[in-house]
Amino acid sequence: MATVCAVIASTHHPFYYRASTATGPDRPSFADEWVSKIETFRETLTRARPDVLVMVGSDHFHQLWLDNMPQFLVGKAPFYDANFYNEEREFGLPKMLLKGQEDLSAHILRQGLDAGFDLAFSNELRIDHSVTCPIITLRPEADLPIVPIYTNIFAPPLPQPKRFIQLGQAIRAIVESWPADLRVAVIGTGHLSLELGGPRQFGETGPDPEFDRRAIEWIATGDFDGCLSQVTLDSLHGPGNATHGFMDFMLMMGVAGENAKADHVDSLDLFHTMEAYFTWYPEGSVL
Amino acid sequence: MVPRGERAVSNKYLLNKFLFTVDRDPDLVERYREDPADTVAWWEAEMANQLLGCTADERTTWLRFDDQERKALVEHDHPKLFALGAHPFLTLTLFIAMFERDHQGLDYQRAYGRALARFTLPYPDIAT
Repeated sequence: MATVCAVIASTHHPFYYRASTATGPDRPSFADEWVSKIETFRETLTRARPDVLVMVGSDHFHQLWLDNMPQFLVGKAPFYDANFYNEEREFGLPKMLLKGQEDLSAHILRQGLDAGFDLAFSNELRIDHSVTCPIITLRPEADLPIVPIYTNIFAPPLPQPKRFIQLGQAIRAIVESWPADLRVAVIGTGHLSLELGGPRQFGETGPDPEFDRRAIEWIATGDFDGCLSQVTLDSLHGPGNATHGFMDFMLMMGVAGENAKADHVDSLDLFHTMEAYFTWYPEGSVL
Repeated sequence: MVPRGERAVSNKYLLNKFLFTVDRDPDLVERYREDPADTVAWWEAEMANQLLGCTADERTTWLRFDDQERKALVEHDHPKLFALGAHPFLTLTLFIAMFERDHQGLDYQRAYGRALARFTLPYPDIAT
């Protein structure tokens, strides 16, 4: 059976690529600290020696659209082209091509459907920066086959927060039941408090540092009850109008497990939003 | 059959569809920046009822803007689009593509936020 060798949850800041590669006067003052934290974070994945990456993210109205909107979607394709024209335009992200792991995609779809999750699928999926940002930060070689899983945190009506945790728990069990002698890292990205296109956007910090502090504590300690008692679809409007992306962190809490303490926890308070990085080692820490 | 006069005339979905289809097309981004009135009129006539993912003949028959929606788009009035419940991510992304180039650093993004300062929670509902 497959081994879940690492569970990783992260923010996906699309400006990292540009900030980390900029030189001279174009290089922002915070770039060196940011790169240092990312290199430490990257090492947590490298040490897990993964063969396959399950990548949880959310399409930002690139391929998935309101005329046919899935709540949870699993990619099943031999390859995934990545990044879109408007991400190249706004963030300078490069076009990429990633290999797929179709056997694991098929296993997740079959077992997920049988476990009560009516998963949509795509055989021709172009993935966006919610998946490519963690490839760039954690595995810039982009050499491992992936299974992309998209969630709808973007276009209401959305699934309930507890459903994200439940799906994460199911993904953990399903990957561990995959009859392949391979090491699988499950990586997911979301947001802490975030405002986009509203009056609180692009401030000196994220729109709600107090929410960010509580969120990091919930994630780092696997505190399902504390999180679910304070997070609802309505309450997530409070910390910022794009904060529903926090539910992808909740999904990753589900993958890591209830009360699972993260082996690596780090954060970085940037303008506009707080970055946060978490790694769990189900086999025991290798740090 | 729905009587012609009783057809739904408008919703947030169509505003989002405009923002989505323009934002993903470099030529349309420039056209909307330079000549919004012409772009909105052309788009409503030719694109509004195009069913994405189907052949061109399988057109939708009932989508059109109401006057305030059309006016907000023609005037590049992003606070009005916010008030109407257009998806803020779509609006922001397209407007950055059109106007960030005229400003330094994050000045455009910050001015965009200040222009929305009158909005307090709860913000206009974006559910479609």
